[in-house]
Amino acid sequence: MAVCIAVIAKENYPLYIRSVPTQNELKFHYTVHTSLDVVEEKISAVGKAMADQRELYLGLLYPTEDYKVYGYVTNSKVKFVIVVDSSNASLRDNEIRSMFRKLHNSFTDVMCNPFYNPGDTIRSKAFDGMVSTMMVQTS
Amino acid sequence: MEAHEEKPIIYTMENKPIVTCAGDQGLFTSLYNSLALQLPKEPMEWRRSYGRAPKMIHLEANFVQFKEELLPKDGNKALLTFPFLHIFWTDCCDTEVYKASVKEDMLRWQNTLRAHASVDWLIVVVESDAKKKNKTNILPRTSIVDKIRNDFCNKQSDRCVVLSDPLKESSRSQESWSSFLTKLRTLLLMSFTKNLGRFEDDMRTLREKRTEPGWSFCDYFMVQEELAFVFEMLQQFEDALVQYDELDALFTQYVLNFGAGDGANWLGSFCSPVRSWNGLLLRRPIDMEKRELIQRGEASLLDLRSYLFSRQCTLLIFLQRPWEVTLRALELLHNCVQELRLLEVSVVQGALDCWVFLSCLEVLHRIEGCCDRSQLEANCSHTVGLWTYATEKLKSLGYLCGLVVETGPTSEDLNRTVDLLAGLGTERPETANSLQSPYKKLKEALSSVEAFEKHYLELSHAAMEMYRAIGRMRSARLVGKSLAEFYMMKGDPERAEEFLEESLRLYVAEGWSLQVTHTRKQMAECQKLLRQTEDYLQTSALLASDVNLTTEERTHFCQEILSFASQPPGPSDQIVALSMAAFAQLRQLQFSPPGAVVHVGAALQLELRVRSLMPVAVHVGQLAATLHFSLEQGGARGRAGSAQRRVDGQGDGVVLFPHGSPLSGVGAGASLPPALELYEVQDRSPSDSSLNSTGVVCKNVHLLLRRHDSAASLDTPTAGALPAAIAVDDGAQMLRAHDVTLQPGDNSILFTAPTGEPGSYTLRQLCGCVGRVQFVQSHIYPVVQYEVYSQEPKLTIEPLSDNLLAGIPQKVKFTIATGHYSIKKGDALQLSNTDSMPILHSRHCSATILSSTAEHLGDSALSIQSSEKVTSISLPPTPPYHTLEFQLEVLCHIPAVPLKLDSERLTNGEVRHRHKSRSYADSDMICIDQKVSIDCPWSIYSTLISLTFYVPFKAKHSLLSAGRRKYIQMCLQNVSDTNFYLADLVLIERQPVTSVELLSLNAKTQQLVFSQQTVFCLWEMRWAKDLPPCLQCAFSASFAPISTSDPRSAFKTYCYEFQLDRVSTIYSVKAEISPASGDKHCRTGTLCGLEVSITRQAESSENEGEEEESTDLEGLKTTKLMYEVMDNSSNWAVCGKSSGVVSMPVAASATHRVQMEVMPLFAGHLPFPNIKVFKYLPHSAVQAIQPDTDSCLENDNLSLLDKGLDDQGDTASIRSRGSVHSVGSGEQQREPQRGLPMPRLEPFSPGQVFNWTQGRQVLVLPATDDHVMEVNIT
Repeated sequence: MAVCIAVIAKENYPLYIRSVPTQNELKFHYTVHTSLDVVEEKISAVGKAMADQRELYLGLLYPTEDYKVYGYVTNSKVKFVIVVDSSNASLRDNEIRSMFRKLHNSFTDVMCNPFYNPGDTIRSKAFDGMVSTMMVQTS
Repeated sequence: MEAHEEKPIIYTMENKPIVTCAGDQGLFTSLYNSLALQLPKEPMEWRRSYGRAPKMIHLEANFVQFKEELLPKDGNKALLTFPFLHIFWTDCCDTEVYKASVKEDMLRWQNTLRAHASVDWLIVVVESDAKKKNKTNILPRTSIVDKIRNDFCNKQSDRCVVLSDPLKESSRSQESWSSFLTKLRTLLLMSFTKNLGRFEDDMRTLREKRTEPGWSFCDYFMVQEELAFVFEMLQQFEDALVQYDELDALFTQYVLNFGAGDGANWLGSFCSPVRSWNGLLLRRPIDMEKRELIQRGEASLLDLRSYLFSRQCTLLIFLQRPWEVTLRALELLHNCVQELRLLEVSVVQGALDCWVFLSCLEVLHRIEGCCDRSQLEANCSHTVGLWTYATEKLKSLGYLCGLVVETGPTSEDLNRTVDLLAGLGTERPETANSLQSPYKKLKEALSSVEAFEKHYLELSHAAMEMYRAIGRMRSARLVGKSLAEFYMMKGDPERAEEFLEESLRLYVAEGWSLQVTHTRKQMAECQKLLRQTEDYLQTSALLASDVNLTTEERTHFCQEILSFASQPPGPSDQIVALSMAAFAQLRQLQFSPPGAVVHVGAALQLELRVRSLMPVAVHVGQLAATLHFSLEQGGARGRAGSAQRRVDGQGDGVVLFPHGSPLSGVGAGASLPPALELYEVQDRSPSDSSLNSTGVVCKNVHLLLRRHDSAASLDTPTAGALPAAIAVDDGAQMLRAHDVTLQPGDNSILFTAPTGEPGSYTLRQLCGCVGRVQFVQSHIYPVVQYEVYSQEPKLTIEPLSDNLLAGIPQKVKFTIATGHYSIKKGDALQLSNTDSMPILHSRHCSATILSSTAEHLGDSALSIQSSEKVTSISLPPTPPYHTLEFQLEVLCHIPAVPLKLDSERLTNGEVRHRHKSRSYADSDMICIDQKVSIDCPWSIYSTLISLTFYVPFKAKHSLLSAGRRKYIQMCLQNVSDTNFYLADLVLIERQPVTSVELLSLNAKTQQLVFSQQTVFCLWEMRWAKDLPPCLQCAFSASFAPISTSDPRSAFKTYCYEFQLDRVSTIYSVKAEISPASGDKHCRTGTLCGLEVSITRQAESSENEGEEEESTDLEGLKTTKLMYEVMDNSSNWAVCGKSSGVVSMPVAASATHRVQMEVMPLFAGHLPFPNIKVFKYLPHSAVQAIQPDTDSCLENDNLSLLDKGLDDQGDTASIRSRGSVHSVGSGEQQREPQRGLPMPRLEPFSPGQVFNWTQGRQVLVLPATDDHVMEVNIT
């Protein structure tokens, strides 16, 4: 399960970012922000070849000692970043993919809301709830 | 011969599969060189089990002398020392010798092999011609080979090969070599396949036992590594790598299982505390020390991992994949840290940091060793992770060992350092001589504060450079920020500032608020140390308003500002100007009155709502907004401006400022362009306010077109001195509010706007002073402005209803906008009286005074005095910029005569009034423009005001005849929207000399005429003598609107004058239709006779004489008439000639008869066909008579007719619907002067011809029906 999930706008400002435990929030913000470097690198690397059939899932962006950072980019260049605890080795690539898919679906729902103004930070409860199910449960 | 008698030394590259040689050693030695050279020359395809892809490999071998000890004993799984093939060499060609010794040797050899179950052998028989020649008793060479095959190669004849003349350069020798080599290779591969397959099977069996107690990973490791070695030996690095990867995965899985609670016993040895952390060692192909540790089961986790990785690294470099090494290295290092944590291995604090640091550098060194510089630079992205990791680790070591703090390490720190260094052990011999080894670096870095700083900076800068080179700016900034932290720890804020600033700029630009807050806090600390007061205060302001901070922190920063502000300023201290954005936010501004357009001196209040972002209440000494004053005004411009404002939706006087917290605003603002703000602009002509142009204007172009990199400049507190725009502008005009306390949240501040001079005032700058600190908002957006106007007094007169009607009293409204003039007691309006429009004033007339905001202030009575020429209205005193309204009744007389166009008359010298009759476009009403001249008290000039009145009625007259009797019909239409009473309809003859009497045939009573209704009335004319040729009549009617209470007195007269010409009847036309002979009635389809008789009623008068062209014919005065019979309703078909010209004698009762034939087309009472009579004017009269279009047309027709007569004799039938052609009889009527100008026709005036047949009908029966209609009903 993820320790941090972030949705980042095309212009690279955060639309949504949530992490557990909360006291480390700042660190996660730094991690997610730095990961954008790799996201951009990956997008531009693939972008030239075949922008159309590009896979949305970017895979492991970079590992750190404590966390693994995975990335995903929608066709509208909104980035999803999931940070997973390194010690949580039971998570397979497929599970990360399915997490991203769920995130993307939920994000699409948010965008479909006529009252949501694209570009605003996401405050949807449904989205928040869905993210909660993917986060590490802190008891 | 190579001697490998001792235990083979394993050095990867030197390892080759072992092939033993028995038999004649001398012979083999002579052949060894060429054999060793030729064997690897050609590749062989190696087909492999388990569906693995076949591979082409170049075989090499280590040829050793056969010894029984070389053969593996049972249970020995070593593969590296395994002899894959045994060869027996002999050059025996003598049967005796063979039988005597060679055969025995071979037997012994074979037995030994068989004892060890080795089946991979080969016997080589070398033949040479030289040897044969020497011997006399030579057997055929085949025989020896055959013998050997017979003796040993039972069914396996291929196990014995012949090599002929191997040392000669002949084709035969070549051939035999190649076949030998092929055989050798094939056998070797067979042996590999068989032995490796067996080995792999054994290995798998061993692996399957891993759940059994007592299974040891280390043992298994050794077995599988053996396989890896063999693959490596065969140059199959890929396969070798797979073996290690499998081991790696297996181990990882065990560790994970251990973490999950499923611990294997053997893992215990790996859980022992880490005692040595000397890093990876990648310089040797095989680290035998570690390998032995593993073999002995004494390796720690780090040992195993290090060894495994060093092997993988070696193989990857063989495979030319150095970048995978870096990738895997990073993964390994992270993984090891995790695994140690998972296995709860006790590690000295910092030991892992050392290990990771050394390992990172070791990997980097290794990679540098095998790649050139350009390659390295191109692949920064692969190595930069290691650089950063090493940097991080060194940093944490530095913090751990007290090398970062200014004071230097404490004794405790030193102890820790010593412990850490002890764990490094001694430097390895490989790197002992290199000056830059990781080991030396770490040791040096940990030895002193200065050395640490040097190394740390070196690493950091290297990492940053690399990040920058590959465009990972965020990562570079992060390293930079950590460097800044380091500098701060070292007490060097100057150098930290730059890095913090760079990072902060990035975070602000991308809108990451937490980072912004965090970095800003560090920035504040840095600026405080640097004593950059202004910047520090600005940062503090931003932090004080930062919602990401706790209230305590915010309050702290707020207090920082307040305490500075409250310090008494020193002599050299200037006032510090800070950006308002961090301090407070404008929410809205409300004008009162809402229009924001006021006259000079009026009260205008602005209520500014400000959201204070400070956590505590702040007392602001003065809050002031500078005003920009511009004179651009003037009536029309000013009005247009305010109209435009209303378009913006600011009609309620509220200006809303864009929302958003400063932080999110910054983020979004930098990344998203602001929305376009478009306004409609209309440019009206100043003279008549007609629209000149209209368009759309974008009001925030300056925001949209602003350069992007400078977007955040205002918000970064580090921008040195604030931009010049923030400089406080000491405008003369200001909105001021003193001693305002801004509570956190929304505050409302009231300003009174100066309205001293006319012009437009724009709010430019907002400035709040808190002690020595000023918060300045350099521009206020959206633009807020108000207008002050000065207005000339103005009088307007407007009708109360839509249209003013002439003839009845109408109310008009006088409106006086006082403007800057104040009406004093005694001021009066002087209206010049005119006859055509008197002013009716009633006794009580009152005026209403309205304020500039249309507020009702009160009524006051007006006194109106009329003299002969002037009506004077004395006005009540009214203050400036008020409106005075009152109503007056006026009456416009309807002019009696239908006036000719644009007749003007001047009554008295000064008043000129003009009646303009023109047709009112919509209602067809006649309108009268009435000008009123008014003298106003504020002006020496008279004001001319035009009022338009509409005549409510329209009259028409017509002359009707009955034989000689004449009637006049009047038609009076009410064209207004009002309903009227009508009375006293009178028609009089205006020339009393004539003896005409007009007899009214109308009702005498009052009647109603509603809007758009028409009233008809009739008079009979009676006369004694002759009728005058021309009659002047005047019609008059009294009318009063229905709504009036007293209709009697309200009756006004409407007059209409007209003239009648040519009244008397000259001709009467009679017609008779007679049925066909023998019939009583006319029948359809049968010709009937039509007799037309035209009778002259009167003698020629002088009048008529002028008009009628008469000719004297044989002493008799005649005129020519043309008649025409036609039936427009298609009841009749005129057969034969339908028209003709007759000459009428100018004498009373002269009659002309014409016979014609007509055919009724329908049955029933049919009206008579039309008979028309025209004056027929010969061409000579053309000059005398004004050409008339109608007659010209007739003329043309006639001439056509004449021509037709010429050609055909008759064209009259063209006009009839009947198809009967009859020969006309009127050929004598032909025009005598042909080819000359055409004769013309002229109609008579309405009263001149009386037609008796008008309205007559004749009965027509249907034709006798002799048609039978058959109707079949089926």
